Amino acid sequence: MKFDVTITISLKEGMLDPEANAIKNAITNLGYPTESLRTARLFRIRLDANDREAAKAMAQKMCERLLANPVIHRYEIEVAG
Amino acid sequence: MRFAVIQFGGSNCDRDVQYVLSDVCGVDVDLVWYKERLLRPYDAVVLPGGFSYGDYLRAGAIAARTPVMDDVARHAAGGALVLGICNGAQILAETGLVPGVFTVNAYPKFICRWVHLRVENAASPFTSEFQKGDVIRIPIAHAEGRYVAPADTVGSLNTNDRIAFRFCDDGGGITGEANPNGAAENITGVLSRTGNVLAMMPHPERASEAVLGSTDGKKIFDSMIHHIEQKA
Repeated sequence: MKFDVTITISLKEGMLDPEANAIKNAITNLGYPTESLRTARLFRIRLDANDREAAKAMAQKMCERLLANPVIHRYEIEVAG
Repeated sequence: MRFAVIQFGGSNCDRDVQYVLSDVCGVDVDLVWYKERLLRPYDAVVLPGGFSYGDYLRAGAIAARTPVMDDVARHAAGGALVLGICNGAQILAETGLVPGVFTVNAYPKFICRWVHLRVENAASPFTSEFQKGDVIRIPIAHAEGRYVAPADTVGSLNTNDRIAFRFCDDGGGITGEANPNGAAENITGVLSRTGNVLAMMPHPERASEAVLGSTDGKKIFDSMIHHIEQKA
């Protein structure tokens, strides 16, 4: 079966996010007072798996082995399809 | 004695390292394209600086998952010396050959300038030509060089003498002002548990001839060469 998996990878709480800080400053300078801003990276992956659980397990392996760095990242996986 | 310098697509300091090893230090060097793998044993493997895979995903992340890195890990496990410089350091961290990660500078711009480093461990195969506490000059050139690791990991690096270099001021002071990228505890050179793998952000190959303004970097290559000679 085909599944559409969405993986969102972000920095763990408390990790410095220099890019987000620069973006937050730029947004504030445009006249939008912004209290906080964090960035995340989103991957949309279509894959083949026997069932939803297997699709999620595969996505988890992808995060562990490449997409995320466990030292600094957390990730969320959503499976549709 | 033979060194390998691994070239990934996007490596751009590979020939500089090869030149310093062969023409300045006088040892045999093979430039090895990553797809060719390491087909013979080497005494030392250098992962040079550059932008492997365009720094896609995270600097070093994709190169770290290429099959040649299995060869590098096998060399490291067998006692060969493995030196990762800049992008090479990022690759070594991504493979887990050293702990932690080198990530986006605290002020997120590319920094290319000379820095001072304090030698924290002068007993490693990479630093034996120095004295502990020496202040040396080597340039950095990176946007993702801020060393990050969990507090207990940093504690263990300290306890086990696995920090080779810290950013410092010209007097050897470990200060915030002397920390160009916001690295944890100013760390910019990390040794593996067994001591034969070093990941460092500064570029020793750019400080290996007097005409370049410093020969402090050459002492790292000389230390490696002496270590290999003594082992033979």
